[in-house]
Amino acid sequence: MLFLKKDEYVIPQQLVKGEAGEFVRITDMTNPKALPVDPTFPFNQNLQLFLSGRKLLLDEIPFSLEEIHNHYLHGYVDYRQGVIFDGKRLYCCRCGNKDAVFFASFHCARCKKKCWYCRKCIMMGRVSQCTPLIIWTGPTPHFSFQKSLKWQGTLSPSQKDASIKIKEAVRERKELLVWAVCGAGKTEMLFEGIEEAIQSGKRTAIATPRTDVVLELTPRFQQVFPDIPIASLYGGSEDRHRYSPLVIATTHQLLRFHEAFDCLIIDEVDAFPYSADEMLQTAAELARKKNGSLIFLTATPKEVWQAECYRGKRNCVILPARFHRYPLPIPSFGWCGNWREKVKKGQIPLKILQWVKSRLVSGKQALIFFPHIELMEQALPYFQKMDGRIEAVHSEDPNRKEKVQAMRTGDIPILLTTTILERGVTFPNIDVAVVGAEDDTFTESALVQIAGRVGRSPQFPTGDITFFHYGITRAMIRSRNQLLRMNRQARMKGLIDS
Amino acid sequence: MQLFKTDLCLLCSSPIAPTINWESLLFGPNQKPICEKCYAQFSPIREPACKICNRSLDKLNPKFYQDGVCNDCIKWQQSSKWKNVLEKNTSLFEYNDFMAEVIARFKYRGDYAMAKIFSQQLKQLLQNIDYDLLVPIPLSEERLYERGFNQADSLALEAGAEPINLLRRIHSEKQSKKSRNERIHLPQVFQLSQAAPPFQNKHILLIDDVYTTGSTLRQAAVILLQAGAKTVQSLTLARG
Repeated sequence: MLFLKKDEYVIPQQLVKGEAGEFVRITDMTNPKALPVDPTFPFNQNLQLFLSGRKLLLDEIPFSLEEIHNHYLHGYVDYRQGVIFDGKRLYCCRCGNKDAVFFASFHCARCKKKCWYCRKCIMMGRVSQCTPLIIWTGPTPHFSFQKSLKWQGTLSPSQKDASIKIKEAVRERKELLVWAVCGAGKTEMLFEGIEEAIQSGKRTAIATPRTDVVLELTPRFQQVFPDIPIASLYGGSEDRHRYSPLVIATTHQLLRFHEAFDCLIIDEVDAFPYSADEMLQTAAELARKKNGSLIFLTATPKEVWQAECYRGKRNCVILPARFHRYPLPIPSFGWCGNWREKVKKGQIPLKILQWVKSRLVSGKQALIFFPHIELMEQALPYFQKMDGRIEAVHSEDPNRKEKVQAMRTGDIPILLTTTILERGVTFPNIDVAVVGAEDDTFTESALVQIAGRVGRSPQFPTGDITFFHYGITRAMIRSRNQLLRMNRQARMKGLIDS
Repeated sequence: MQLFKTDLCLLCSSPIAPTINWESLLFGPNQKPICEKCYAQFSPIREPACKICNRSLDKLNPKFYQDGVCNDCIKWQQSSKWKNVLEKNTSLFEYNDFMAEVIARFKYRGDYAMAKIFSQQLKQLLQNIDYDLLVPIPLSEERLYERGFNQADSLALEAGAEPINLLRRIHSEKQSKKSRNERIHLPQVFQLSQAAPPFQNKHILLIDDVYTTGSTLRQAAVILLQAGAKTVQSLTLARG
């Protein structure tokens, strides 16, 4: 769209009635400034609740352009640039993309010019050079809730430690890394920190890379904060029209927020897509208030962060033990020769064969991880010769949910999988093998996560983890050492019983 | 160095390995817009296909076609108003789930770059069809503003053709929300564009993204024939 440029302000083309002047795109305006807030203006509270802390396209706002513009004229709303082009470099103001590969241009029917747009965040609607992003610049809504946490459970001593540190980070607006082993019970230790935030009027968001985690967390939080309206945001969710003190969202949805949160909690900070994708890091940066607290939750921080934690350079709290007080099962390594060649020839290395057979005999379920879909599918028929119920699953499998469900009910004895089942999914009593653990796909954090699938339930706290390999890698050794170190620490602190 | 530059797939963003052979060394790399894995998910129209609308017949129950013409087209041919209005339709791909996703991203999300995926193949098809004027199916003014571009126009432009606007859309309600029956008995949605150059006795090729029931294309064809066009064919990316 275009704006009619006046000395002190702009008017959207659609609202111009017969006035002449220069029509410009928001991208071509030099330094568009927000107007001063007029404190006597009777602003629309519904618009305030809807727009506060967000950064949206005009099409995403269910209020008329007249009303939005009227708020702009009184300093309550501002039009911001969407895509900036300085003649050489392009920048997307919504997702922070500056990689030329992810921009394209077309002759735009709105501005009648060649218009560059961002392809990186296109799935949230097109942001182009003539697209303004609309933000709220008026007062933010206040909320107050007395004692909103209704939770009867108790925290383990190590959860208690983490909970205190989280509360402190919220209160003092600090950054904190919570390094908690798989199965430590991350959710419960957030409760008191969030209670602290809500009582002091701080808006909080929990961001996680995956939609299924949003769907799982929302009812859990709603149960312990029954009076708080929680917004649950993911692609296609219904909740986007409400203002909430507590937002649970996929990391993607953070792109629609602008300096909104006093406290931002990022779950599985190492997981795809957050660590892989610069876009989502920018999103997290932009969605948080400038002095807001930032809390990372992870079982597998990247190497640099680990080192910073051990050297005391990063504010962190480590939870080395699971809530059930059993030690973490430790992976063993098994050399299996050039397994790729064998699979191509239609064979399975003997060691792997034996491992599988003994699970089939004892009836214990198992997951077997493969580095690539193609190799896994080639190998599947040879596994099925041992037991026809063996299945394989990968990210593009249309029957993914059904297969995981069949694994849960015990209808599948052994499931071959790519790294999609590396995190999040828990089966109560399984063993785990990795075929080709030397592959680059299996980073330190992937291997720690894979090992973390075993021994999750208090009824079955142990299990076998074998990394079948054709050459030991640094990632394999580091992952094993990480788990050993956690057990050592837990023992020292008296957090495990054996 | 451009020779070994890897492009990213327009659909899945994974790197596309450049093919290096004598041809690419001599004439520069033949740039592919998408990776092979994505390309394999499109389903090209294969013979036998309906002689009129180009719908694939091999998966169709033989009850539903006669002498190489599908029952839908037979019905169109039985109507005095619509008989021979659209001489022939040619489509590149079947409208499968993957194509539906790509077209949604193209039209509704507004990812213009999707038009580049098909430019080479459309270019080839255009060379094989005998026509004088290439006419995109227009959008209403409101819809054009909303989307920022006309998908039919973009497909033609990216294929290196010169589309000419002979039509204007006066009816703006969304087609995709209508049933087939409603579409067949629809009031005329097109008018001749006032700026249209003369096209008497010309062979016209309409271009659009999807052929679904064929009613949009036939409505456009009728107007053009009434105004003196010799024949009207159509070309669409997908056959629904």
